[in-house]
Amino acid sequence: MQETPEHPPEATVSVHLRLNGIPVTIEVSPNAILLDVLREQLGLTGTKKGCDHGQCGACTVHLDGRAINACLRLAVMCEGQAITTIEGLANEGLAAGDALHPVQQAFLDHDAFQCGYCSPGQIMSAVALLEDRRVAGDIGTVREAMSGNLCRCGAYQNILAAIQDARLRLHGQEGGDDA
Amino acid sequence: MRTFAFARADSVERAVERRQGEPASAFVAGGTTLLDLVKLDVMRPSRVIDINALPLKSVERLHDDRLRIGALVTNTDLAYHPDVLADHPLLSQAILAGASTQVRNMATTGGNLMQRTRCPYFRDPTAACNKREPGSGCDARDGFNRMHAVLGGSDQCVAVHPSDMCVALAAIGATLTLQGPNGEREIDVADFHRLPGATPHLEHDLDDELIVAVTLAPPLKPLGTAYVKRRDRAAYEFALASAGAMLSLDEDLIGEARLALGGVATKPWRCHEAEALLAGKRAEIAAFEAAADVALADAEPLSHNAFKIPLARQAIVRALRDAARVAREDNA
Ligand SMILES: Cc1cc2nc3c(=O)[nH]c(=O)nc-3n(C[C@H](O)[C@H](O)[C@H](O)COP(=O)(O)OP(=O)(O)OC[C@H]3O[C@@H](n4cnc5c(N)ncnc54)[C@H](O)[C@@H]3O)c2cc1C
Ligand code: FES
Ligand code: FES
Repeated sequence: MQETPEHPPEATVSVHLRLNGIPVTIEVSPNAILLDVLREQLGLTGTKKGCDHGQCGACTVHLDGRAINACLRLAVMCEGQAITTIEGLANEGLAAGDALHPVQQAFLDHDAFQCGYCSPGQIMSAVALLEDRRVAGDIGTVREAMSGNLCRCGAYQNILAAIQDARLRLHGQEGGDDA
Repeated sequence: MRTFAFARADSVERAVERRQGEPASAFVAGGTTLLDLVKLDVMRPSRVIDINALPLKSVERLHDDRLRIGALVTNTDLAYHPDVLADHPLLSQAILAGASTQVRNMATTGGNLMQRTRCPYFRDPTAACNKREPGSGCDARDGFNRMHAVLGGSDQCVAVHPSDMCVALAAIGATLTLQGPNGEREIDVADFHRLPGATPHLEHDLDDELIVAVTLAPPLKPLGTAYVKRRDRAAYEFALASAGAMLSLDEDLIGEARLALGGVATKPWRCHEAEALLAGKRAEIAAFEAAADVALADAEPLSHNAFKIPLARQAIVRALRDAARVAREDNA
């Protein structure tokens, strides 16, 4: 990534992203927050705003494959990076066409939500968690790893069940220790 | 949200250069402290310099066997780094006891050292806070100070240093490498954060400089470590009191001990006197309790946080006990 001249506060900056697998260029001001750009400018309203301060996880997206809080990231900082939102999960993942990602399917099967407001963030965190082989698969570790996603409806038990079930679907009986 | 100019730095020198002559400019690494506080209008940079393109993202083993951590290594990558797990499990334990997966994925080593207090009055621009607005007073002293410091406070400020990572660094011992307009210098991590005294707005010994790396002291051998964190909920919460302990054992006698506290002090709090007391003692609860009493001898409660003293005492005793257990298993 090459050094850019300084952009004044009122400037519009072009940022090149790979968004849900598709290259896009967006024009944003230097202080635009990724979450707001996704929702307001790109119309991807699946990613939710809860606290706007990193304290709830509703805004979780993948940045180069890692779960992050889109509310604490400047859009201009994402130059050249890959962003996946809940809208792109099925297409980017194992599923084709309209099929759901196995984690989305597991959330449905386990009734892992009530109002559903936290669900996109929960699912994005769960997918990244299941792909990160550094994180152990036991319930205690999974609870901690998912603690960045609050659920006001308290669907935690079913969310955990959905994740552990998806783990089996994705990684088999050993719970993912085959890598 | 406040507006600011934005620039990206492609070298350490250019990053430092861009910062010069613009006191209200700020580096951004993970952004988890900076953007949080810009949104609250507590931090007001006129210019934000993105340092994420700098080549400071690796953990290297130096020829003297010490580990050198680039300032941009994320908290997640640091906690799971095989060399860190092998040499300095305390660092990994402390990091994983803090924040959330998402925040740790974004947060960097340099940013963590520079994170600001979570004092609610500091975070509220309408409240009096000497740290945010020198001379405005301290609403915490006579206010809701349940979360505040019992060690290292002053009349001017009792805000807690919130980092878990820095507690581990205090116990392990580390050297920070800083790059400024006039070149590079090194500073002991113990001298980096300042006590509030009469100038709580001066939080650290950084002067127009960029943190480039953190080099860890060699580990104790054989080593037992434990990080015990007490908080209002089991995860995703800052410490009310935390203790990081490192012990080396010779049979059942303590060789060397290290102890540092979080959640109770105005800076990451190393307990030298307690460590001295432990050296050569039998590794048993009575010794751990005596060490805890020494570590907390100067603790001064505020109106709402006297509970922190017994809580910290318990965290210290458990951290030492657990570290001794690990060291024993390691010896066996
Ligand atoms: C919801 C939430 C919960 C949290 N819980 C915990 C917790 O339990 N325990 C804990 O320890 N922490 C916790 N944190 C704090 C978190 O660890 C810090 O916000 C993070 O470490 C800051 O790193 P960053 O890279 O995001 O910093 P930034 O926000 O990018 O930067 C922070 C400051 O450091 C400066 N800076 C950054 N890098 C450098 C550098 N290399 N040289 C000089 N200056 C630099 C910036 O200019 C800025 O002033 C939590 C944060 C949030 C939002
Ligand atoms: S909206 Fe980002 S964490 Fe709550
Ligand atoms: S399902 Fe309602 S917030 Fe989680």
